[in-house]
Amino acid sequence: MTGEVRSLLIGAVCVALAAAVPYVTDGYWLSIALTAMMYIALSTSWALFSGPTHYISLASGAFFGIGGYLVATGMSDYNQSFWLMMFVAAVVATLLAGLIGLATLRLSGVYFVIFTLGLAEMIRNLVSWVQNNFLGSRGLYVLTDFTDAHIYWMLLAVAAAVFLFGWFIDRSRLGFALKIIGNEETVARHVGINTAWTKVVLFMSTGFFAALVGAIIAPRYSYIEPNLVFSPELSFLVVIMALLGGTHRLWGPLLGVIPFTLIWEAISIWVPNFTTLFLGLAFLTIVYFIPNGFVGLLEKLRHRSVA
Amino acid sequence: MDILISGLLLGGTYVLIAMGLNLQYGVARIMNLANGEMIVLGALAGFWLYMTATISPLLTIFLIAPIAFAGNWLVYRLLLVPLVRRAGNQGQLEVDSILATFGMSFVLVGIMVSLHGEYFTYSFLASPLSILGTTVALNRLVAFGFAVVIGLILYLWLNHSRAGMAVRAVSVDPASARLVGIDVGKVSALAFAVGGMVSAMAGVLISTFITLDASVGVIFTMKALIIVIMGGVGDIRGAIVAAVILGMVETAVATLIDPGLTLAAAYLIFLLVLLFKPQGLFGRAPV
Repeated sequence: MTGEVRSLLIGAVCVALAAAVPYVTDGYWLSIALTAMMYIALSTSWALFSGPTHYISLASGAFFGIGGYLVATGMSDYNQSFWLMMFVAAVVATLLAGLIGLATLRLSGVYFVIFTLGLAEMIRNLVSWVQNNFLGSRGLYVLTDFTDAHIYWMLLAVAAAVFLFGWFIDRSRLGFALKIIGNEETVARHVGINTAWTKVVLFMSTGFFAALVGAIIAPRYSYIEPNLVFSPELSFLVVIMALLGGTHRLWGPLLGVIPFTLIWEAISIWVPNFTTLFLGLAFLTIVYFIPNGFVGLLEKLRHRSVA
Repeated sequence: MDILISGLLLGGTYVLIAMGLNLQYGVARIMNLANGEMIVLGALAGFWLYMTATISPLLTIFLIAPIAFAGNWLVYRLLLVPLVRRAGNQGQLEVDSILATFGMSFVLVGIMVSLHGEYFTYSFLASPLSILGTTVALNRLVAFGFAVVIGLILYLWLNHSRAGMAVRAVSVDPASARLVGIDVGKVSALAFAVGGMVSAMAGVLISTFITLDASVGVIFTMKALIIVIMGGVGDIRGAIVAAVILGMVETAVATLIDPGLTLAAAYLIFLLVLLFKPQGLFGRAPV
């Protein structure tokens, strides 16, 4: 059995096991699994772009919001089907990501971080303004027959697609180009890689997946307003979970998402006033103590035991 | 006319915010995303001292300056120097310092929320005053005056003192500055500390006429970053022009269209700068 077939098989077994979760539990633990699955899709997709390129994107919240908001508007105001709006949302977010990427990814990473930092907030302001002045301000309802289990399965499908996409990228010319860009961008340019285009394509994929996740989550809230879906906090959580796990392996973010979701859940319930402080401490811990994430720690341990 | 004058007054305060960040990024090479929190800390100090001890915010500026200077110096020495040492190249340092200062900003917000979770509102010199037919609040005008004075002192210090010259030298080229006997580490720490101090002082001034709460720092960070990039990194003159432009545009959008769109307007400017002048208004394209 070759390595590739084996890793695909392991992946398939993991997906099958994850798909069985709603049969084992429902209610509280299913809702936690659902949240974790959402972050697995978001963080893994984030790491596919930010891991090799070292561009820190804080745009997840904006794309996620576009997904949720478009689904809500389409279903509530224009009587469109959920599936059509999900598709529309993904296309819109992908195009938007392309435009943002073209404008900012030619420049150094700092400009990109700053631009994405305020993006969710800016879009939220724009959407609220349009809604208040032209559409009449009211909440939007997303009414579907989906249960938590359905939403969970859809998110699992997205997460599996992200993994498959990452696995495929890793073996493609695009992935090879990305690795070279990450190591030394000047060299990449000299060997004839279109660095800007490579980065933009990967960034568009994060927009696509984040919008899908946002669209799928919308029925869970059932009542949508701009302040709810365009949350800047989400972008930071995605970054923290991915970095905590480690971005240089495809399965790295997974190791970060699961413990962090549990801790975050516990903190939000018991000491809700400390969430911001905790977020800050998590960032500092990662930068100063685990710069390569849990994957980095594991690999160091294994290295030591072999030596 | 209303827009011109209010915009100019707002721009004056933005100048201070941007100068602080400009020193930190232009000289110490640290993109400090906790800069906005330094402003809010200053504002909180101004509010708190006024409410509990009736100390005038104009006095608080001078009380807080040495504390902010020392605090920022320690932050640079203890938290950021290890990152500078560890980083192999400028790119790695940028990523690390962005993440670390995000962490600091969240920690500061968390601490401030637990200190005072509500808005920092107080009334100081809130009497109306008429200039050229436009009514402005006295506190805005006083804040603008102080901003001009602080900016002028900073400008003179940078351009007409030995330490200021060293700071400018490091800003141009750290490697060459070392060759002419400048202690780059020390100068960077100095610039970072002065930058943080100026931001905190600006925060006290802002608190006299804008109602803040513990979590708005990120908005100030955004605006300061937009101004610094628009003006050109390390370029004080550019920062002043950019700050005034941003102040005017925001005021114009807020009065003519909708106050909710000021951030979108700032973003539009930012986007135009990135597309057409990423090296800043007065910057030259790198050869």
